[in-house]
Amino acid sequence: MAGSAPTVDRKTLWGGGTSPFGVSYGKIMMWFFLISDAFTFSGLLISYGFMRHRFESSWPVAEDVFTHFPFLHGDHPLLYVALMTFILILSSVTMVLAVEAGHRMNRKGVILWMALTIVGGLIFVGSQCWEWMHFIHGTELGALQLADGTIAQWVDSAKNAFTLPGSDEIISGSDAAALIASGTEVYGANLSVNEYGVPLFADFFFFITGFHGTHVFSGVVINFIIFVNVLKGTYDKRGHYEMVEKVGLYWHFVDLVWVFVFTFFYLV
Amino acid sequence: MDFDRTAEYVQHHSEEEGVKQRKMIWRIFWVLLGITTVEVTLGLFYKDWNLAWGFVKWTFIILTIAKAYYIVAFYMHLKHEFKNFIYAVLVPYIVLAIYLIIMMLAEAIYINDADKLL
Repeated sequence: MAGSAPTVDRKTLWGGGTSPFGVSYGKIMMWFFLISDAFTFSGLLISYGFMRHRFESSWPVAEDVFTHFPFLHGDHPLLYVALMTFILILSSVTMVLAVEAGHRMNRKGVILWMALTIVGGLIFVGSQCWEWMHFIHGTELGALQLADGTIAQWVDSAKNAFTLPGSDEIISGSDAAALIASGTEVYGANLSVNEYGVPLFADFFFFITGFHGTHVFSGVVINFIIFVNVLKGTYDKRGHYEMVEKVGLYWHFVDLVWVFVFTFFYLV
Repeated sequence: MDFDRTAEYVQHHSEEEGVKQRKMIWRIFWVLLGITTVEVTLGLFYKDWNLAWGFVKWTFIILTIAKAYYIVAFYMHLKHEFKNFIYAVLVPYIVLAIYLIIMMLAEAIYINDADKLL
């Protein structure tokens, strides 16, 4: 047998000289980057889950926190964030349509769908700003922070009775007056105070949605750069639109992360 | 599955194939939209319908994983890559994520219970 190298059936076995994965270098690296990014987001969401189970009784219900909708009064829990989710899913669809148009070397199609993707991304980032603004400003009523740091919710605008987290019992009269006198009124949320409950909730909200928002924003910037290249005809000259596919992978990943943030922050 | 491993990596397809692809893309869109609508409806009305929270919570989690599957498999095209590539991407992630979830949540629940006892 020595000296006669076995012939490799290159259709079924990897014979060297090409990628064993059948995927170009750039795309493999994009996938590996996405895995590492997925670990970062998992770390954030799992630590959120940890703290939530750790402080189960005083954790705010997201439905009671995010109840605003632009130009509408009253309580509309979930609707605004559902709209944001819809916008992001739609921008994922336009992205995959851009990739499909690229496979047919249809430049006009790529331009149209990528432009819509960028617009969708910008609307999403704008919506996120609006949500943050409301969260930071808080409610008109505010809440009472007791001397020990516990957040108590006012029963009504008279502000002489309140309830403690995890119970429906109304504390009023002289018991309440003493606690109110030693406590402080708080409005809205920031990194150290949160009128809706434990400050940790606000910290995680800012960090996770902020980190995701940064990803959306950088996705928009990267999409825009590739969009300019498409306009210039770079990929027509190159003979393929694989760059659109690579940024598409990143964009879908951003959508994918939002699917999980939506569930674990707003629904569960 | 048989793959031609000498094939070009860069993918091009014909107009007819494009029509099929676009049909698939929009079908997945309706699936994703449908799942989201179910989630939001359930979130808004589960109290009125007297559904147990445990059931609602697990429905949310299963629907989320279903949504993730459709995005990764079809929009990110992972389902149609080589099998060794699919495993290289998914196995490290899934193993470590499951491990972290179980470890961290079990610990959090334990600490919360211990607080109540003290």
